[in-house]
Amino acid sequence: MEIKLKIWRQKNATSEGTFIDYILTGVSEEMSFLEMLDFLNTTLIERGDEPVAFEHDCREGICGSCSLYINGRPHGPGNLVTTCELRMTRFKDGDNIVVEPWRAKSFPVIKDLIADRSAFDKIMEAGGFISVNTGSAPEANSIPIMKEASDEAFDAATCIGCGACVAACKNSSAMLFVAAKVSHLALLSQGRAESARRARAMVTKMDELGFGSCTNTGACEAECPKGISLAHIARLNREFLKAGIKS
Amino acid sequence: MSKLKSKIPEGPLAEKWTRHKNSVKLVNPANKAKLDIIVVGTGLSGASAISTLAELGYNIKAFCFQDSPRRAHSVAAQGGINAAKNYKNDGDSVFRLFNDILKGGDYRSREANVYRAAEVSNQTIDQLVAAGVPFAREYSGYLDNRSFGGVQVSRTFYAKGQTGQQCLLGAYSGMIRQIAKGKVTMYNRRDMLDLVIIDGKARGIITRNLVTGEIERHSAHAVVLASGGYGTIYYLSTLAVGSNATAAWAAHKKGAFFSNPSFVQIHPTSIPQLNDYQAKLTLMSESLRNDGRIWVPKKKGDKRHPVDIPKDERDYYLERRYPAFGNLVPRDVASRAAKERCDAGYGVGESGLSVYLDFSRAIERLGKKAIENKYGNLFEMYEKITGINPYNEPMRIYPAGHYTMGGLWVDYNLMTTIPGLFAIGESNFSDHGANRLGAGSLMQCAGDGYFILPVTIGDYLADEIKTPKISTDSSEFDKAEKESHDKLSKLMAVNGTQTVTSFHRRLGRIMWDLCGMVRNEKGLKKAMKEIASLREEFWKDVKIPGTIDEVNQELEKAVKVADFMELGKLMCQDAINRKESCGAHFREESQTPEGEAQRIDDEYSYVASWEYLGEGNDHALHQEKLAFDNVKMQERSYK
Repeated sequence: MEIKLKIWRQKNATSEGTFIDYILTGVSEEMSFLEMLDFLNTTLIERGDEPVAFEHDCREGICGSCSLYINGRPHGPGNLVTTCELRMTRFKDGDNIVVEPWRAKSFPVIKDLIADRSAFDKIMEAGGFISVNTGSAPEANSIPIMKEASDEAFDAATCIGCGACVAACKNSSAMLFVAAKVSHLALLSQGRAESARRARAMVTKMDELGFGSCTNTGACEAECPKGISLAHIARLNREFLKAGIKS
Repeated sequence: MSKLKSKIPEGPLAEKWTRHKNSVKLVNPANKAKLDIIVVGTGLSGASAISTLAELGYNIKAFCFQDSPRRAHSVAAQGGINAAKNYKNDGDSVFRLFNDILKGGDYRSREANVYRAAEVSNQTIDQLVAAGVPFAREYSGYLDNRSFGGVQVSRTFYAKGQTGQQCLLGAYSGMIRQIAKGKVTMYNRRDMLDLVIIDGKARGIITRNLVTGEIERHSAHAVVLASGGYGTIYYLSTLAVGSNATAAWAAHKKGAFFSNPSFVQIHPTSIPQLNDYQAKLTLMSESLRNDGRIWVPKKKGDKRHPVDIPKDERDYYLERRYPAFGNLVPRDVASRAAKERCDAGYGVGESGLSVYLDFSRAIERLGKKAIENKYGNLFEMYEKITGINPYNEPMRIYPAGHYTMGGLWVDYNLMTTIPGLFAIGESNFSDHGANRLGAGSLMQCAGDGYFILPVTIGDYLADEIKTPKISTDSSEFDKAEKESHDKLSKLMAVNGTQTVTSFHRRLGRIMWDLCGMVRNEKGLKKAMKEIASLREEFWKDVKIPGTIDEVNQELEKAVKVADFMELGKLMCQDAINRKESCGAHFREESQTPEGEAQRIDDEYSYVASWEYLGEGNDHALHQEKLAFDNVKMQERSYK
């Protein structure tokens, strides 16, 4: 099939970007979206143009590298898929496809479709961990944890840190990302001791890094490729409140 | 004859590690704070080493090519992590885990290293649980286990099909805590291009900043490579497309011996190739073989829909050939058996290059809910890619390049042949012999990083406490930086007509066909010739757009492929040298009448370690003889 692409091109962090149109023929339904971009890049390189820079690595929806805003949605059409899992079967001959990087103040564009998401690591550094040194762990089965709590913690912990939640949010809030980690660790007895402090530290850092506030529109949950639930934000709020009362 | 001193401690097997820990030199806390360590790679082995070394007080400089350390490819490990906890009371023990790994590796690894890997496995689970890894639990609240290929006990801890992600994020969280404390400086988006050696010791690395293109110098008292494997040499593999051998290969060319490079695991259960543009193959966890049954039609070229083929017209060939282990035979055995059926014309799918993995009986027996609980995310992943719902009809699977047992040679301290250069996790050769058992990779990575390296590196660094900070202002750094720069300029200057990827695809094809699941001398020699001419063509006609001084993903790929051209040759050379079959290395010339791998213990019970002797020269082979004092070498039968 033939598709019409409109892709954000930007030389580097300091230059201005613009949309460039490409018509790509010979696209197969069996391609993934990124394989379609690989194909475009091959075409561009062969005719002496610069290929489109985009981020990707595992190409199976788990590393969180891929991060394209496709036709106005993070990771494109469909639910519970990352860009690398998106297949061209979703599109048909003659379709227009607009491809942009994540748009958020805290995720500045580095080149073309690559945005700098290191702000997420900074938030994690503020408290996204359990303070246990290697060697001081007790025997694993000495900490029984209710299966339900453990399963819910797992669901929260499946966050891949891609940033779709931020890209989807009109305020570019990172609440779902922060909530997933706070909730994951608060649900486990190993992580309880620090949970209020963790919530406060991570939220403070999030604000400091320029992410917007949460107004509970739920856009993040709708676009999260891992289906992280908004309920985790409620738990984050409880932990945050506790931190406020304690301090 | 051999330059290889493995430094295995004296004493009974079960006491070696304890004795060693009691005798290695220590570095006092004040001195640790004066010592710098570089760690390249932030997967499970790198991240666990970084956090632990930083907790001990060393100053760490950590490097990864990804935008965040959390994305390293350990994240994609699916099925689980082994430990000898014996929670199931099914007779498991450290010795049995050790014995299974050794046997699974077809007796081509070191007893002492393997025993130690098994020994620290229990502590690893404790550590990961304490760090918040949400492993699967039973309703009692205690940890659950499942069984995995090649063994007869249930010792695998898991977090659905995302065990690697959860373990990695656990280790990453420990590491970022140390970044926040200022004990770790994180350098994201860096490719290591070269190793810097001063007075015979590893003292630093040269990196390329993947954003600015700048060539940078970094120094330390010791360098640790945790840079993973080289399975992407096949182009299509289950690895992340960014995975590469560049760091390890640079170290090799600077004097680190490379061991058993031809030992590559071809994973039996990957989603088959769908089209010619495909960039990678997606793994379906081996854990699926716990409940899935593998079959092909009994009739050649049977084009009926799988659900329309009656049970008695299906050949459950693993159950038929290996009644004791059935669908749970080790990976190499399962892969070859699939290839054998497909080559014989019984394969399914359009290309005839796939077999069925069927869950219908398990769903009947346990219910859909139970299967969903165990494998839900894998089934979803399969459906997303293929459009087929595996609850209703069987998956189609085929083997794919996966894990490299070979890697940099290390001694018992995990130090390479270059003093001060260590290699951990998949980047070393040490624990898995000629074939790795499922759920053994996470186990080794975390064990190396949390519990082994932090002890053994002290033995080296204790003699470095008087060494001041290493300056990057030296002729050695000048030279290494210039060489890196020259290499990149040379690549850019080719300015040919063919894309990097087209070369990578062609190299991958040669390796897959001639140095993949089945090898023979004629084919390997042909491969070496073809690689040599492809390499020549690459350096004459590769086309890399853009410049060095910017984000240039094509240049990144070109560096990787240039290394693979050299590594591919060495893999073939190693495979030619080893005329026996063992584990994943199957030489057609050496098989039993039933078509199983035939080891030749008298001649090949050694680690083949290769020394680089400069461009244009052949590698020199060094043998480290393997001794088995605690187990009897058996024929590896799973019948």
